[in-house]
Parts: sequence; structure tokens; C-alpha cells
Amino acid sequence: MSQRQNKLARFRRAAAPWLFLAPSLAGVGVFMGFPFLDAFRRSFQDAMGTRFVGVNNYQAVLGNLAFRLAAMNTARFLAVCLPLLLTLSLALAIFLGWRAEAFEKMVSHKEGDRGNIRLMRTTMVLPMAIPGASMVLIWKIFLCPEGVLNQMLSGVTGRVWDTDWAFSRHAFPVLVVTYLWKHTGYDMILWLAGLSGIPGEMYEAARIDGAGTFQELRYITFPQLKGTFGLVGILSLVNSFRVYREAYLLAGAYPDSSIYLIPHLFAHWFLNLDVQKMTAAAVMMTAVFLMPVLAAKLIPGRSGR
Amino acid sequence: MRKKRRLTGAVLFGACLLVWLPLILMTAGAWMPEDELYWRYLSPLGLGRDTVRAALIPSYPSWEAMKELLIGSPGFFVMFWNSCIQVIPMAAGQFLVAAPAAWAFAKFRFPAKKQLFGIYVLLMVLPFQVTQVSNYLVLDRLGILNTHLSLILPGIWSTLPVFIMTRSFEAIPDPLVEAAYLDGAGQWYTFVHVGLPLGYPGIATALMFSFVDSWNALEQPLTYLKDKNLWPIALYLPDIARDKASVAFAAALVTCLLPALVYVNCQEELEQGVAASGVKQ
Repeated sequence: MSQRQNKLARFRRAAAPWLFLAPSLAGVGVFMGFPFLDAFRRSFQDAMGTRFVGVNNYQAVLGNLAFRLAAMNTARFLAVCLPLLLTLSLALAIFLGWRAEAFEKMVSHKEGDRGNIRLMRTTMVLPMAIPGASMVLIWKIFLCPEGVLNQMLSGVTGRVWDTDWAFSRHAFPVLVVTYLWKHTGYDMILWLAGLSGIPGEMYEAARIDGAGTFQELRYITFPQLKGTFGLVGILSLVNSFRVYREAYLLAGAYPDSSIYLIPHLFAHWFLNLDVQKMTAAAVMMTAVFLMPVLAAKLIPGRSGR
Repeated sequence: MRKKRRLTGAVLFGACLLVWLPLILMTAGAWMPEDELYWRYLSPLGLGRDTVRAALIPSYPSWEAMKELLIGSPGFFVMFWNSCIQVIPMAAGQFLVAAPAAWAFAKFRFPAKKQLFGIYVLLMVLPFQVTQVSNYLVLDRLGILNTHLSLILPGIWSTLPVFIMTRSFEAIPDPLVEAAYLDGAGQWYTFVHVGLPLGYPGIATALMFSFVDSWNALEQPLTYLKDKNLWPIALYLPDIARDKASVAFAAALVTCLLPALVYVNCQEELEQGVAASGVKQ
């Protein structure tokens, strides 16, 4: 009898996590897992979905000039934006965290915080919430040929500027700036929280041992921020593909070739019902994305729990 | 010391200015009468070519545009309501589905947990475009294409909230959870009365992320909604600016009001929710 009860208890303990997971697993299976497997299957088939064509679709995608352009641009965008965003926000955070006093004010949630510190934190998270659709008009005030940016440049250099920033080859840096505008503030707050988790004794000990500013950074700050780095990095990666929204709103479905990104290409393939190319490209993109996920090691239970 | 403080202050002020200037420009535009708007912003509005005369304060403040937008533009109202219908049930559904799943990932040991969570993280990172076609076919088979449900249902099972909530639940000390079990609390009771209150910042953060992300979404509605009457506000905004340029700024301001208010009111959760658990590593 008691053995039976024991067994039942053990079974219930083993079943519990699955019961908690069940609603999520079911939906993820239907809306994410199944579509993904379906895409995988289709990527090896012809347009009717009846005949196995091997890697033909993949060859077609890799030979496609639009795909090469879009893949190159997207890779370039990620390669420029992610390091820039991470270093800029970290540098700002470290700069702010420099003085212990200011630092405490930035990260503590104590009553009696000075009002302007609070205002400043609000300011930092605000850009993330503003829809790209709302910002487009404002960007155009700055970027159009008769806009503020050209006026300022004319004033500084003394010659007349009439660059159409959003539609010229300068569209790429413009897109980078809008991305940085949106995300730097919040990333900085995440870094600050990471910095606040480093025990102050470590710095005191280092100072007693005669460590300089750069040694402190090199041997304490950076190693201690590893966890935060993975988190900020992966969230920035998730956000990076959403820059398509800004690109689409600023420059439309057919932008300058320097900001023709993978999402633009997919939108066009989707209009043409080019299922083969889309699925093959999707499978290849998944393979690419698998790498940072494995590298970031955000999977729980490492501590052996 | 004082010099340093001044430098910090200057950098902070500069950074804040970069954020505030565009927002002030938008707000000012929303309260300008039609002729002032056209005089200042003919080119950005796409109506012609004339020097931009940017202003942080309207010269002739008026609520013409606001009134026209809120009372004289039923289309705007419909789209605003569409956004609410699409976003709020989705966030509620995410809470019901993702919170228990995150609790399982954070506080239980079970076979294949690491691999399963790895798949969740991968699905979170994958851009929308990867599953676009197949998702379209699934929604088609379910017969919900071109309805609000085609945005709500896939949204509920986004895996980003699971990821963020898991981190937050992980930061809850294990002894606390075990104490609840020892006191005779069941699994579900412990989740509801220990997990949810203590993991609250992470839950709030995850839901806010989803809220704002879907409020601003373009890709999904462009793909799944053919009927323009179902479009969310973010997608409709460029259209209204084209039809009625005089209300463009007012519409931009009203559209960003709701997500901005949500973020500003919950900023402490936004900081703790993602970050506190990151520190614990």
C-alpha cells in the first residue's frame, strides 16, 4: 500500500513539469514546430510538393543574385550594428558607473532618488516603445533633401547639401543610426544592472593590490559581465531583424540596394508564391542562427540543478 | 571630482537630448494648424519640396488636428481598436501559456530539459520570415487567415516570453520553493503563490515586450491580413498620413502614447525583470 503511494507520488513528481509545459508545447508544436518541419520537407521538393528534387532549391537560392545581395546586406548590418550597439551601451554604462556615488543612484531603487536620475532612466527606455511608424515622419524631417541634417551640414561646411539620405547609398548608415537610437538606452540599463551585481569588495581588493583602472576593467568588470553579455547579445540579435520595419517605413518595399535585407527579399518571394526558395532559405537561416544560440549557452540547469 | 561630475552630467544630458528632441518635434507637430504644418513640413509630409522649418514649439498652437483625428476620422479609431483587439488577448494568452512553461523550465528537473529549452531559444531568435510560408499554410488550414485570430494565436506561443520568465523564476531561491512544498503546498499552489508573485518583474517585462512588439508589428499583419479594415494602427499610419496630411503628426503621437505610457509606468520592472536574473549567473 505505502509502496504504491510512493510510486504514485513519484509519478506525480515526474509528471508535474510536463503538465506545466503542456499548453506551451502544444501551441509551439502547432504554430512553430510543425511549420518548421513542413518548411524543411518542402525545401527538398518541387513546386507542387510532390517530387523530391534534392538540393535543387538550395542551389537556386544560392545562385540567386537578389538572395546574395540581401544576405550580404543583412550580414553587414548585423556585423556593424551588434558590436556597435553592445560597445556603445557598455561604454555609456561603465562611464556612468564610474563614480560610486552616481552609480548607486543609477542602479538603486531607493526612495528619495533624485528626480532627474529617474527621468533619465525613463528617457533611456522610451525609444524602445515608440513605434517605428510614428518615428518615420520625424526621421524624414531630418533626412529629406530639404531637411534639418542637410541644413546643418550646409551651415557647417558652407556649401549646399541636398542629399536624400533615406534613398541614397547613405541609407545604410541611416538605418544603423535609427537602430542604435532605439536600443542603446535599454541595453545600457541592462549593463548597469549587470555592473551592480559585481561585489564592491572585488574592486577594493584590487585597489589594495595596486590595480589600475584598466586592470580593473580587464580582470574584474569584463569577466563578471559575461552573463549579461550573453543576454544583451541575444536580445539585440532578436531585435535586429525588426529593423525591417524602419527600413520598410522609411524607404518602402524597394529601397536603395544597400539596405535591401532578407525580409525585403522574403516579402517579394512571398508575393510571387516562391515557396521553394523561401523554405530553402529559411532552413539555411536556421542553421546560421543555431550557432549564436549554442554559443550563448543561455540554457538553464548548468549549475547542476 | 567636481569636474568628473560635470562631465557625467553633460554626457547624460546629451544622451537624453538625443531621445527627447525627436519626441518634442513630434508633439509640436501634433498641435500645429494645417497651414503652419504645410509651411514647415511640406517635404517630410511628401506634399512637395520646400525648406523644412523645424520647430520645437508651434507658433500658432491649435487642436484642429487632434480634433480632426479623434472625432473626424472614424478610420483611425477602427485601426486603433484593431490594435487593441490583436494585442491585449495575445498578451493575456501569453501569460497563461508561458508562465507555467517557464516555471517548469526554471524549477523542475526532467529529461531533455536542456534540449527543449535550446529549441525554445532557437525559435525565439529565428526571424519571422523563416516560418512565414508554413505558418501561412497552417493558418489557412485552420481557416483563420484574414482574421484577428491569425495574429493572436501564433503570437500567444511566441517563445520569447518563456525565455524571459524562465530567467526571472530561476532567480527565486530554491529553499523558498522547497519550504512551500514542506508546508504541504501542492505544485500548482506553489507556482501561483510563490512563483508568480516573486517572478512578477520578469512576467511584466515579458508581457510588455510582447505588447510593444505586436503594437509595432508590420510583418505579420502584412502577411496574414488582406482586408485593410483589420489592419493595426502601426500599419495604417503611413496611409492616414497620405490621405490627411494635416493629422499625420497627431496620429503619430496618439499611436505611440499607449506603448510609451506602459513602458514609463513599468520601467522598474523592465529593469529588474530581465536584469536581476542576469546578475545571478
